[in-house]
Amino acid sequence: MKFYDFIYKIDNFCYYQNPWIIKKEESTSENFGIYPDKRDLNTLITNSIINIDKPPGPTSHEVAYWIKRMLKVNKVGHGGTLEPFGVGLSQSNRCSTNWYRKCY
Amino acid sequence: MGWGYPKVTGVLPIGIENATKLITYVTKSGKEYVCLMRVHCNTSMDTLKSILKELEGEIYQRPPVRSSVKRRLRTRKVNSIDILDYSEKLYLLKISSSPGTYMRKLCHDAGIILGCGAHMIELRRTRSGAFSEKNIVTMQELAEAIYMWRNCRDESELRNILIPMEYALCGMPKVIVDDFAVNSVAYGASINVPGIVAYQEFKKGDTVAIITLKGEAVAIGESVINSATLNNMEKGEVIRPKRVIISKDIYPKAWKK
Repeated sequence: MKFYDFIYKIDNFCYYQNPWIIKKEESTSENFGIYPDKRDLNTLITNSIINIDKPPGPTSHEVAYWIKRMLKVNKVGHGGTLEPFGVGLSQSNRCSTNWYRKCY
Repeated sequence: MGWGYPKVTGVLPIGIENATKLITYVTKSGKEYVCLMRVHCNTSMDTLKSILKELEGEIYQRPPVRSSVKRRLRTRKVNSIDILDYSEKLYLLKISSSPGTYMRKLCHDAGIILGCGAHMIELRRTRSGAFSEKNIVTMQELAEAIYMWRNCRDESELRNILIPMEYALCGMPKVIVDDFAVNSVAYGASINVPGIVAYQEFKKGDTVAIITLKGEAVAIGESVINSATLNNMEKGEVIRPKRVIISKDIYPKAWKK
């Protein structure tokens, strides 16, 4: 029995190797649900992850918030803070929100 | 940027709307970093190597003053530390660790063991769970793709950037359930043997993902049995869902009132 292509793509994504063991033969009905790679763009946006290359300067939360505003969505979440740790700088003069400004 | 401001860049998976439910599991998965460390005195490569060897495995770590968690001594696991390159007092390290390990602290601790101190200058995360630098995009690329979609009606760029949330399930054992079991799970029921179409090997207590035959993420749960016993079973509970991802009533109801 062969599954829908997308199921194999999930494991290829991070080279995870764990073979499938078939319990019973079964097929899926086209009337329900949607194939993850055939979603229309708006559904895709609300069901997807963006792998961002975090720029230096802003915090992870700020990056997430910008993306939320760029895509005009209600909810975003990021996978693990990747913080610049404002060492020796107080919250007020940490230059992350105004990262285009010169900081001293 | 200002002084004492380590540059931190790299992989930051961002989940949108429904995908935020899965992001917790990405946060809890292993990380890989490339880190630039400056040692405050002249030392030999071998001394540093043996010190970094000591820091591998289970370590105690108190989060730094400025951190996003409570400053309580905790144990973290460092899988490996390799020296990629060095030049005088600068060392380029490749570190693989469990989530919540502070790299800045790790460099600092290495300096304390060395006796003269060390600090982190730059950090780049190269992997967070299933997400690596392979399909990374910059903020600019994302902004351009959104612009193309909104103003030029060209969604191909944005489609290339968006990763279906199901890919986050890579790296954990998965179970495929049939169409009739899906809605019961969406309402919070456990997965029982008759609904299972196929499975990947798992142990008792593992985090297991449940997907449909179409590949959609249904839920993430904890297994109550070992998959080895599954083959001879006809009925019984297999996985208890912890987080339901699919919306209710997309699939038909299969139970009687």
